[in-house]
Amino acid sequence: MTQAAILCRGLVKTYDEVTAVDGLDLEVRAGECFGLLGPNGAGKTTTVEILEGLNAPTAGQVEVLGMRWDRDEHALRQRIGVSLQETHLPDKLTVEEVALLFRSFFSRGRDVSEVLDMVGLREKKKSWVEKLSGGQKQRLAVGCALVSDPDLLFLDEPTTGLDPQSRRQLWDVVQGFKAQGRTVLLTTHYMDEAERLCDRVAVIDRGKVIALGTPAELVASIGGQQVIEVGFENGVALEDGELRNLPGVRRVSRAGGGVSLAVDRLHETLPALLGLAQERRAQLSRLATHHATLEDVFVTLTGRQLRE
Amino acid sequence: MTPNPLWELTLTRLRLFFREPSAVFWTFGFPLALSLALGIAFRNRPPEPVRIGVSGSGASDRLVRGLESADGLRVSHFRDEAEVRKALRTGGVDAAVLVRGAAEEPALPATGVGRRPEHPIEILHDPTRPESRVARALAADAIQRAAGRADAVAVAERAVTEPGSRYIDFLIPGLIGMNVMSSGMWGIGYVVVEMRTRKLLKRLVATPMSRAQFLWSFVLMRSAFLFIELPALLVFGWFAFKVGVAGSLALLVAVALLGALCFSGIGLLVASRAQNTQTVSGIINAVMLPMFIGSGVFFSTARFPDWLQKPLRLLPLTALNDSMRAVMIDGAGIAAVARPAALLAVLAAASFALALRIFRWR
Ligand SMILES: Nc1ncnc2c1ncn2[C@@H]1O[C@H](COP(=O)(O)OP(=O)(O)O)[C@@H](O)[C@H]1O
Ligand SMILES: [Mg+2]
Repeated sequence: MTQAAILCRGLVKTYDEVTAVDGLDLEVRAGECFGLLGPNGAGKTTTVEILEGLNAPTAGQVEVLGMRWDRDEHALRQRIGVSLQETHLPDKLTVEEVALLFRSFFSRGRDVSEVLDMVGLREKKKSWVEKLSGGQKQRLAVGCALVSDPDLLFLDEPTTGLDPQSRRQLWDVVQGFKAQGRTVLLTTHYMDEAERLCDRVAVIDRGKVIALGTPAELVASIGGQQVIEVGFENGVALEDGELRNLPGVRRVSRAGGGVSLAVDRLHETLPALLGLAQERRAQLSRLATHHATLEDVFVTLTGRQLRE
Repeated sequence: MTPNPLWELTLTRLRLFFREPSAVFWTFGFPLALSLALGIAFRNRPPEPVRIGVSGSGASDRLVRGLESADGLRVSHFRDEAEVRKALRTGGVDAAVLVRGAAEEPALPATGVGRRPEHPIEILHDPTRPESRVARALAADAIQRAAGRADAVAVAERAVTEPGSRYIDFLIPGLIGMNVMSSGMWGIGYVVVEMRTRKLLKRLVATPMSRAQFLWSFVLMRSAFLFIELPALLVFGWFAFKVGVAGSLALLVAVALLGALCFSGIGLLVASRAQNTQTVSGIINAVMLPMFIGSGVFFSTARFPDWLQKPLRLLPLTALNDSMRAVMIDGAGIAAVARPAALLAVLAAASFALALRIFRWR
């Protein structure tokens, strides 16, 4: 096994009333892209900011690149790149000026023009930040995290609120960085993003890791490659028990007033399900099928949707 | 070829300032406009002549010429007594001279008194109006001279207006002080808190940026601005109102620089904890208001009661204004401004040290 880029044990962060992080263990390997997937308020940002040395944990140990924040802060800052969930870069600086400012804080790193190429902002280098689109701003923010040529990159919800094309452009940037053998820790509440970018994913809920593995492992863990979602109209809901007895059903879970069935083969289960509904005079308000995703993992584990 | 962080930070501050038109106006345009407006409103006017109304068909040429040629009198003629009284009542003239019909020869003091019930010449004036009393005295003097009275003793006169005694001479140093204070407080205090609310401070401390250098960049920016603000007001004061610098220009710059340092420190201090711009605006106004009023920007601190004098002298803006006035108006040297300058230096160092200790970076 390769050396761990991030290691944390028993991480806890409590605010007055809230426990934002509740005993979290993580191990991120060097060279992998690791995802923290969870709904809003799960504690992702709090966790990441502790790992970035921007927030002090209430309890627990953190080791980043083999160093500790209380001893090696300056050396660590030289080697990590950070993009916060929310940063408004100065509106009236040009893209190039912003990147150069960030570059000046590091003793080594890349040329600004090289970084602007990496994030696809070469043509925009003379534009003021306020004139950039949301996606361009976000790429500039990531660019500012890349000027030091870091060994470890933290991205907190890098694509939240962006249009699909901007999201794909950012994914390309992240994949390009990873292709150089560097480590990425990113948070997201988009399961497609986690599936696309991450080698391994930790599903976070209420400050705890509730599942950990590669996206494929996690999807397989709910059993069944396909998911059937049904909703019932007239209150004549079918019992979990009878649904589980239908042919090919691996798992039954309820969320948002509907039922999800994880199944192996649609053509076995669907006719049986419809037959059962007809027999019970249950009216379906909804019927949909899809390939199982990380979203289904979350629903299965928590009974809630990722985005509510 | 790694760029220098302190230089980049300072350059950033300068760029952001000059790209914000309203900030440029409040720092440079506003004090110029204010000094122009106040300088014009309170300019020293040339002495106004007092106005005398004359009525009476019998007024002799000699008498009228005597009045008209007297220094500081302006004479206007009225048809009859009723009209000139009306002019006196409404402030059109300051005093009235009535010449009765029979008085062809005015120079008859001895005989005139006893023989007629009315004097040939009468001066009407309002003793409750100072300018009316002046008009009466000047008119009476002119009438007597026209009738041939000579001075008993020769008296020399000299008009003096002390240089630096005009309101604008007092105002320009005060405006410089006020400008150094408010651009330090807003230009640093407000800007820092805005960076905090925009999470930019947090983003910056996620890099190896030196926090001291970050704070220093604000100080450097303020010092650089001083070399625009100070000449702007000085040059303007000189060309618009002939306000000069009696003392050493270098000393004036040094004192202003100390003031800029002091208010940079206080600007950082007010910004060190505030979480949003409303809070810091309130704090800035609360800190500046007593100094606007009590530190002798628009009127002298001497107008406040004795027991307030000591505390007012401890305000940094009082120290700055006093020492700048001393240099600009009285031509004071280093020794004379040492005490207020030391106060500025101490306050600057103390506010910096405290700001750095309690500064909230996230
Ligand atoms: N500074 C804070 N003070 C109080 N509560 C906080 C603070 N920061 C975060 N929280 C709470 O901690 C929980 C986790 O927040 P966060 O880490 O931002 O979640 P996520 O990034 O997964 O959306 C939330 O309930 C949030 O309200
Ligand atoms: Mg978050």
